[in-house]
Amino acid sequence: MTTASIAGRTTAVAARATDLSKIYGQGETQVVALDRVSAEFRQAEFTAIMGPSGSGKSTLMHCVAGLDTFSSGSVRIGDTELGSLKDKQLTKLRRDKIGFIFQAFNLLPTLTALENITLPMDIAGRKADKQWLDTVIRMVGLADRLGHRPSQLSGGQQQRVAVARALASKPDIIFGDEPTGNLDSRSGAEVLGFLRNSVRELGQTVVMVTHDPVAAAYADRVVFLADGRIVDEMHGPTADSVLDRMKRFDAKGRTS
Amino acid sequence: MFRTALRTVLAHKARLLMTVLAVMLGVAFVSGTLVFTNTLSDAFQKSSAKGFDQVDVAVTASVPQDEGNRINKTPDLTPALLDKSAKVPGAASAVGVVSGFTAIADKDGKLIGGGFQSQGGNYWGAEDTRYPLVDGHAPRGTGEVLIDSETARRAGYKVGDTVRISVDGPVLTPEITGIFTTDDGNVAAGGSLALFDTASAQKLFGKPGTYDEIDVKAKAGTSQAALKAGLDQALPRGLTETTTGEQLAADQAEAISSQMSGLKQGLLVFAGIALFVGTFIIANTFTMLVAQRTKELALLRAVGASRRQVTRSVLVEAFVVGAVAAVAGLVAGIGIGAGLRALMGSLGATVPDGPLVISPGTVGSTLAVGVLITMLAAWLPGRRAAKIPPVAAMSSVHARATTKSLVLRNTLGALFSATGVAVVLAATSMDGSDGQAPMGLGAVLLIIGVFILTPLLSRPLIAAAAPVLRVFGVSGKLARQNSVRNPRRTAATASALMIGLTLITGMTVMAGSLQKSIDKMAASAIRADYVVSMANGNELSPDVEKKLKAVDGVTATSPLRNAPARIDGSTESLTGVNGRAIGELTDLKVDDGSFKVSGSQVVVDGDTAKYRGWKAGSDFTVYYEDGKKQRMSVAGVYEGNDMLSGILLDSTVLTPHQTDPADMRVMVKTADGATDAVKDRLEKALGSNPAVKVQDKKDVSNEIAQMFTLMLNMVYGLLAMAVIVAVLGVINTLAMSVFERSQEIGMLRAIGLDRKGTKRMVRLESLVISLFGGVLGIGLGVFFGWAAGELLGTKMATYELVLPWARLSLFLLLAATVGVLAALWPARRAARLNMLTAIKSE
Repeated sequence: MTTASIAGRTTAVAARATDLSKIYGQGETQVVALDRVSAEFRQAEFTAIMGPSGSGKSTLMHCVAGLDTFSSGSVRIGDTELGSLKDKQLTKLRRDKIGFIFQAFNLLPTLTALENITLPMDIAGRKADKQWLDTVIRMVGLADRLGHRPSQLSGGQQQRVAVARALASKPDIIFGDEPTGNLDSRSGAEVLGFLRNSVRELGQTVVMVTHDPVAAAYADRVVFLADGRIVDEMHGPTADSVLDRMKRFDAKGRTS
Repeated sequence: MFRTALRTVLAHKARLLMTVLAVMLGVAFVSGTLVFTNTLSDAFQKSSAKGFDQVDVAVTASVPQDEGNRINKTPDLTPALLDKSAKVPGAASAVGVVSGFTAIADKDGKLIGGGFQSQGGNYWGAEDTRYPLVDGHAPRGTGEVLIDSETARRAGYKVGDTVRISVDGPVLTPEITGIFTTDDGNVAAGGSLALFDTASAQKLFGKPGTYDEIDVKAKAGTSQAALKAGLDQALPRGLTETTTGEQLAADQAEAISSQMSGLKQGLLVFAGIALFVGTFIIANTFTMLVAQRTKELALLRAVGASRRQVTRSVLVEAFVVGAVAAVAGLVAGIGIGAGLRALMGSLGATVPDGPLVISPGTVGSTLAVGVLITMLAAWLPGRRAAKIPPVAAMSSVHARATTKSLVLRNTLGALFSATGVAVVLAATSMDGSDGQAPMGLGAVLLIIGVFILTPLLSRPLIAAAAPVLRVFGVSGKLARQNSVRNPRRTAATASALMIGLTLITGMTVMAGSLQKSIDKMAASAIRADYVVSMANGNELSPDVEKKLKAVDGVTATSPLRNAPARIDGSTESLTGVNGRAIGELTDLKVDDGSFKVSGSQVVVDGDTAKYRGWKAGSDFTVYYEDGKKQRMSVAGVYEGNDMLSGILLDSTVLTPHQTDPADMRVMVKTADGATDAVKDRLEKALGSNPAVKVQDKKDVSNEIAQMFTLMLNMVYGLLAMAVIVAVLGVINTLAMSVFERSQEIGMLRAIGLDRKGTKRMVRLESLVISLFGGVLGIGLGVFFGWAAGELLGTKMATYELVLPWARLSLFLLLAATVGVLAALWPARRAARLNMLTAIKSE
């Protein structure tokens, strides 16, 4: 068990989805994006969500992260039930408890790297924890790039800024939506390395959606989705084992 | 290509909405002006033509030229000439006409009509076809009068009522013995007409035994031309002129349309300003559309479209947008034209009835203006579109805002601005009218220069706002940075607002300073407690001064009695004053000699002295209007002003030479100073005449202030259109910003910026842009106001710059309000943005 390896730490649940359903449209045109999905994301665990296109993996992440609404079931971040929250409370929750890393980097071009990193704290009107900030910046190796604007940084560097931004506010959980999708393999490996280190060394909780088996292999656990349901789970994944599992989806897709 | 262009227009309906609105407003202004003035002038012309139906040929005295040192008298139209005219072959009848200013008071003692349209005349008798009586009988003597039915209706007068009437001074209280109808153009336009019997009218209007005009009617079968020829032969050559009724109507129509064209041009200038402001918005929108479609346009180029075709497709788009806006504007303008006429009617000005005139010229020119302006403004963006390389189709990111260096632009802008400032400054040191042309040129150069420089100016000026914005946290910081991200667009948006505010501020500063200086002049140069004058600026009878002098408590009076004279072969206006009292009634600065007005001693103002080459002690010969001459000497040279200028001489010297002495004003000094009781006594002495104003210094100031307020309010109203168009521009720019940055906004929302913060960010950006335009506009406006004042100052000794701080802050507040209002919709849109789609959108 992977969880055993971090047995020294708490194994409390950082986020949990119970009987989560998301249905678009009505009647004939109804599409079920998530069908009664239940999943737990433990603290200090790195989880990858995988599945073919249209399996509902992104929708699951969006719902759990408070970016999207769901039709039924429940989502909890720590002790907070998301279903009953208004937009304002959801926004505050995202600001204080959740970190995000997007595929397209999503940095503000007018701000410097450092300003981008501290943006969530600026929005909240909080002062950044200087020591922690230094730790994060050192980890992602951006110390000499802090004054640069995003347009002066490479794609890999921009995504490192995004990783630092997500870590800087010490969120309860970080969600990544294809964080390596726009990067070459070397930069991608760097970013994934930072994410894994943040889990191992800093006790961060990370949930990442990806379609890349190599990326998934950095995770402690892989959750497989198909047709809106969790169909499988794998602990201690390797690129090969994930690829094998994914191939079965393809085969199934072709035969059915 | 046309179909592609059309599809794009339809696809960007919402984006183009503001552009369409901006063009539409400007076009509506143009067509509204044209429809309104055409309708009005058509109605006036028709009604005045009707007024000439009763005249076949009009005989008037020919006005002689003054020659040498003689003032030639206008010959009299005597009853003998009238008889002669009536007996000319082909003449059916001849009517002698006398007319003059006649004010009628309503039942509350107030003047009916504006004062300028209060006319009086003579009733010729039952055969007078011009004025058919509908009630009562013909008047006899000055105790009886006829009034027109329209005035009777408005004031509620009927036959048998006593009415207060004034011609040139003391009030009359005749009985209304009859009411008549008339086609008179003046009455149709809201004026009043009172008729006396001929002898009384001649006496009242100061023309005993003579007429102003003899109207001759032709017998059936005799043409106007034939009658005119007959009259020309029968009447003494050189003394009279004859004009046919047709010619009179045509002359009148000409006069009306030239008056209307003044109004039309004035309004069109403001419409032009609104349209000019609109071009910025059009250019902005098309620049945006082209930037957004870089990939699409590059694809067109890649599959073989030529540069010209790409440009043309943008221009076709502009054509469609312009045409839609122009048609909508035309329709709205017709509505405005009709509305304005109704508004004038409800404000009391009687507008003659007539159909709404929508000429083909109006339709053609408004449509052309709308389409051409739009295409012209879209031309540059179109050319930029053509420069997109085909390879851009392959790149994944759509073109960023042009980051082309601003060096060339800034150099050009600095050059224009510096030249503009230099020319304006040079003009301020010039003399009055000489400086006007360079001043205008400099102003235009400076405005163009500042336009070009706005992108450069935006950075430091907006950075200056940073400390204030910091209060608003992240929203403020992001707003500031966003507003300088695309300096060109921010500049164009702010410029649109700048133009309106420059004009508004300039006008306000100038008007305020002028008002102050005129006020000061009136106050400082006059020691009299009261100035008495006619409401419409007509002359007062000398009786007025006599009556005022007799009022209890009056210590000194002086008339300002004007008379023409010839000096050294050219005409000069003399002003007769009470030589003993004038020193007590005025406080004129004497530059040379002494202020002495008595016998042959006169004083002259500086301008006249300079023109004539006189100084204290100079002698000259004056030739009066009766042909007599007198040797005069200049006792002193004084500083003239609005009320007093030219040659001042003693009225006892002047009056014997005048046939019909009349006063422009009478100045009155009282023992107790200006009090309500004294004013009341003075007014009573003149029979509480509605046409005569008795004003103390405060009344004079108030009147001046009122005039300026009215003028400013009109200008504000007209410039409001330009400001509204600018607001549309700000809305448009913000909508674009929100659209372009939807990905960023989505990210900000995801990482925890709430809706309120998002809204605030957009609102602050809008505020920053608007205030930027506002500060530039107010700054330029103050500069121009100052410069124009310097120029005026050369003519007005008392001119000083008055900065209306309260007004200026109000304008800044207006700019801020514009910003807040313009942000309403874009901010809402930003706050409602769907995060997930926004983040994924590229």
